[in-house]
Amino acid sequence: MSKTYQSINEKIAAGKAVVLTAEEVIAYVDRKGLEAAAKEVDVVTTATFGPMCSSGCFLNFGHSKPKMRITEAWINDVQAYCGIAAVDVYLGATQLRHNDPANMYHPGEFRYGGGHVIEDLVAGKKVQLFALSYGTDDYPRREIRTMVDINDLNQAVMVNPRNCYQNYNVAVNLSDKRIYTYMGILKARLRSMTYCSAGQLSPLLNDPLYQTIGVGTTVWLAGARGLVYSQGTQHASLVERGENGVPVEGAGTLALSANMKEMLPEFVRGASFRGYGVSLALGVGIPIPILNAEILRRTTVRDADIFATVVDYSEDYPQKTGNTLGRFTYEQLRSGEVELLGKKVPVTSMSSYNKALRICELLKAEIQAGRFLLSEPSQPLPAAQGMQGLQSVGPQR
Amino acid sequence: MNITKKLYLYFPKSETEKPIVYKLVKDFNLVINIFRAKVTPEEEGYLSLDVTGEAADIDRALAYLATLEVNIHAGNKGLHWDKERCTHCGACVVHCPTAALAFADAVSRRLAFDEDLCVECHACIPACPFGACTSSF
Repeated sequence: MSKTYQSINEKIAAGKAVVLTAEEVIAYVDRKGLEAAAKEVDVVTTATFGPMCSSGCFLNFGHSKPKMRITEAWINDVQAYCGIAAVDVYLGATQLRHNDPANMYHPGEFRYGGGHVIEDLVAGKKVQLFALSYGTDDYPRREIRTMVDINDLNQAVMVNPRNCYQNYNVAVNLSDKRIYTYMGILKARLRSMTYCSAGQLSPLLNDPLYQTIGVGTTVWLAGARGLVYSQGTQHASLVERGENGVPVEGAGTLALSANMKEMLPEFVRGASFRGYGVSLALGVGIPIPILNAEILRRTTVRDADIFATVVDYSEDYPQKTGNTLGRFTYEQLRSGEVELLGKKVPVTSMSSYNKALRICELLKAEIQAGRFLLSEPSQPLPAAQGMQGLQSVGPQR
Repeated sequence: MNITKKLYLYFPKSETEKPIVYKLVKDFNLVINIFRAKVTPEEEGYLSLDVTGEAADIDRALAYLATLEVNIHAGNKGLHWDKERCTHCGACVVHCPTAALAFADAVSRRLAFDEDLCVECHACIPACPFGACTSSF
């Protein structure tokens, strides 16, 4: 028994596709049996919502009169990269606001930055553009200060080099003082623990061997129709995996892009990490076509079957020792407390299961209504790729 | 039967020299528990507190406060949780000592704020990446 992308799309277009969320499919397959369910189910929707630092957007402002070849630009005082064509810029999610004291007074607050500008743009707010140029014969203007919103821009295209980490570290702090990380504030001496994954809802945990998600896959990026345009940066599929093929650490990543003008503000949220910096939290949904029983079986993965590895962010993570402290399933982590090194540790999350669930439902509704068709990848994601470190070969100090 | 009521009082300049808390205790038999206060003579100030006592005494105390120029707000003003800004990630829950911020249920994993449990320690404010928890203090 197998289906094709085309046959599934025909059913979707006819409004007859059977779509389940990654949560619903677990009980459904338990009830119906794998083979019978594989015949019935066409699509399983997966999703995640959490901070994704490697995000940003290309913006085209249109030409002023006289024209200007922008060489430096700030949007709401957050600098954007201008080393591309005249009025194109790239605004990154982790860029700090001009004059932000950063960690000068530790821990810095990082109240506003690139991620917040992107949130404001998607929310339709006016933002201030301030830009400078050196002036050329064809682009004489040397300065501009104006207010724009997303509708004034010709294009606003989100282009994210690394989203949807397949799995992720669980962070703790073994040191004597609290530390401030992208995994939040970690209390001293193992008094808190943070994980960051949607677990059984997460796209790449439901397709652990990249059998359906690849370059060219259509995705739901914050409500907009987007696509996987490349393997994500740091995509490293050669990692330790459980018997179910599910990695127990970072592993695969996706590079995603979509039109920001179609996005929903609820799923594009600037984030401020005390003592660390700014970022952008994003919602991503990915439909998995149930081409055969094996693909369906992999979508039935549950929190109890997915392990994540605990890493000390006070020493082992920054110093890259490779040391890890243990493993827990997402079911254990979601219970709110686990035992590690003989200590009961309260657990929290940086990833919103609630929003991921909502995205699964929204995507399911779009597919059921025949508005969201699936696309076959044009290239698979690398299945056996490691990750290199960086050698420091300059003069050693 | 004793009841507990959370109050937030705002003091304009003119009222900061009056021993209002003393009156609440002495004249109305209330047990008070102050969460946060800044009441300096000749400056505007605020007081965030729990009052515990007989319902009738609390009503009399509120009537007394109403004769002053103090602004009375019932409930929690010391910590504001913005439902719209909250993404329900749960980053705050290990930092909240009284579980005022906690997941409402294990299935939807929706975060809820129980104002009555909040002791206004403000540990949640730096812990929230989305600025959902704020305070006027």
